[in-house]
Amino acid sequence: MNLMEHQGKALFRDAGIPVPRSGHATTPDDVGSFIETNPGDWVVKAQVLMGGRGKAGKIKSAQGAAEGRAVAREIMATPMPPNRQNPQGEKINSVLVEERLAIAKEAYCAITVDRAARKPVFIVSRFGGMDIEEVAEQHPESLAKYYVDTAIGYSPFIGRELAFAAQLDPGYRRAFPAIAGALYDLFFRYGAKLVEINPLALTHDGRVIASDAKVELDDDALYRNPGVAEWRTTLPLDEDELLAEGAGVGIRNFRRFPGNVGTMANGAGLAMATMDAVSNAGGRIANFLDVGGGANAQRVRNCYELVVNNTGATVFFINIFGGITRGDEVARGIVEAMAQTASRKIPLVIRLTGTNEEEGRRILAQAGMTPVETMDDGARKAVELAS
Amino acid sequence: MSIFLDKNSKVIVQGITGAEGSYHADRMHRYGTNLVGGVTPGKGGQTTAQGLPVFDTVKEAVEATGATHSCIFVPPPFAADALYEAYEAGITLAICITEGIPVHDTLKVVGTTRGMRIIGPNCPGLISPGKALVGIMPGHIFKEGGVGVLSRSGTLTYEVVDLLTRAGLGQSTCVGVGGDPIIGTTFVECLREFKNDPQTEALVVCGEIGGSDEEEAAAFIGAHLPEMPVVAFVGGRNAPPGKSLGHAGAIISGSFGTPQSKIKAFEAAGVPVAGRPSEIPAFLAREISRGKRAPQPASF
Repeated sequence: MNLMEHQGKALFRDAGIPVPRSGHATTPDDVGSFIETNPGDWVVKAQVLMGGRGKAGKIKSAQGAAEGRAVAREIMATPMPPNRQNPQGEKINSVLVEERLAIAKEAYCAITVDRAARKPVFIVSRFGGMDIEEVAEQHPESLAKYYVDTAIGYSPFIGRELAFAAQLDPGYRRAFPAIAGALYDLFFRYGAKLVEINPLALTHDGRVIASDAKVELDDDALYRNPGVAEWRTTLPLDEDELLAEGAGVGIRNFRRFPGNVGTMANGAGLAMATMDAVSNAGGRIANFLDVGGGANAQRVRNCYELVVNNTGATVFFINIFGGITRGDEVARGIVEAMAQTASRKIPLVIRLTGTNEEEGRRILAQAGMTPVETMDDGARKAVELAS
Repeated sequence: MSIFLDKNSKVIVQGITGAEGSYHADRMHRYGTNLVGGVTPGKGGQTTAQGLPVFDTVKEAVEATGATHSCIFVPPPFAADALYEAYEAGITLAICITEGIPVHDTLKVVGTTRGMRIIGPNCPGLISPGKALVGIMPGHIFKEGGVGVLSRSGTLTYEVVDLLTRAGLGQSTCVGVGGDPIIGTTFVECLREFKNDPQTEALVVCGEIGGSDEEEAAAFIGAHLPEMPVVAFVGGRNAPPGKSLGHAGAIISGSFGTPQSKIKAFEAAGVPVAGRPSEIPAFLAREISRGKRAPQPASF
């Protein structure tokens, strides 16, 4: 789960990381009244999960309440423009009104989980305020890294080492080790997958302050921080994840695509291989779906309805490897599910193998369904029926 | 021989009286695994349906039975604690089946339990066919033989093993390393063991998108297993970037973790990559009959 800037900054503030003075507003009028009671130089920033707000004109400065109101109205009038990863763009439901900083330098500081090293890693650069992947391409030598031994945790020498290695401006040196330590505490306390300050600003009056906040939390650790988990409801949760949740499968287990061959398999690895098989057979996939273990009637029905009602599928390819789950039970589940569902019917292609496969295929054939022997046969058959 | 597990390995189950634990303990027992007992706090002194003793703590279980392996069926919030308990009691190999453990828990456990090997978490376990099974794999599809199998996933492993068995290619040990971003034992760590295992004559590596485990495995095979016939498979070629597919670890981040990078790495190591699981047995038979792989420079 990704947090919005104002949520990330609330966590930063609690952790002791300096952040600009600010107010969070959901209407242009709220922006106006906030500035009326807090006169000064302000910046109005759209609160969205997508990047590229500046380029899209969704961050604007404002002096005085009238300008604040006008600027907020303008920002909120249109959604964030779509990009490749977010083809629908993103609606803007709120803005952050934030103290305008007199920035002298911008640096970058983040902690993430390094899979290969199996350790948390600090990444620091003297180039802040730009996309870190761009920095990695253009100034790879500027990136300083430190892999933290989790048995020891953070110690201020790590911050000092990083500040020197990244050649941060000397103005950062005093404040940086404490900020890095606070960031590390926050990273662990909330079970984050990424915490990023970009930019970490150095102001003309010598303050080191987090000008932006990006926090990605581990969904599996949300139960430990119920207060933060609640924010979920106010976030524009990925629509596929909402649909998966509604159908009672894990939020990672369903993903839609533009094609017309619906798929479902038991197990993530097999579900990925099933998509690949459809694509190998020349078909276009409508979705990824891992039904999980124990494909009983209720579960199969939920999954069938999930795909039929929410994707462009014109055929549904079910690929089950009966390991512990018995093939005859799965077959009964499928037959029952199809008898129960009120959703529109599309042709099923069912590949059922493993434990009790013959019995399972017999049950399916009796119910007028098309059982096939192998994953490749099933994919071919499904592609044929889809076109 | 085999790796990590044979018929003498003494195995306990943590969480043996729970629904999952008791069901799979029974299956392991029937497969012939040397299951010596289990642990459920508060249920010490009881006996399972198979006549196995239940202990309150792992320490007691180890002292009474001499167990070295522990299979963990404990819900996510308590899994890290279960792993620490196993480590402190002297367990040398823990197989953690649990899915959904917070990444930070795994990070800390993996970083602080040096000396204990962890398989998983979020894995189907491992099997040395004909000898022992620890985990949730369906034992009857496996056949004893010379092919070592590595995989990040459960049912895809079964799919591949079923094809191998039907083609007459038995297996030495099959390890499901797990689908999480942080796992206790990587492909490379398994390959080091397979390298020294006389029973293992060929290998199948079933990878998927995300991380760099496949690239590292390919580099290891190129450099250290020049004579071993190997076939690879990479799942998720049609995955979109930036989104996990089923497994938390199956995610393409930027230019990282792409199927192309993995396929390229295997091919650079002289390892053929099957385009679909059904091609694996034929590819492997061809590699075995061809014998020695063309030597590859270990330059990448």
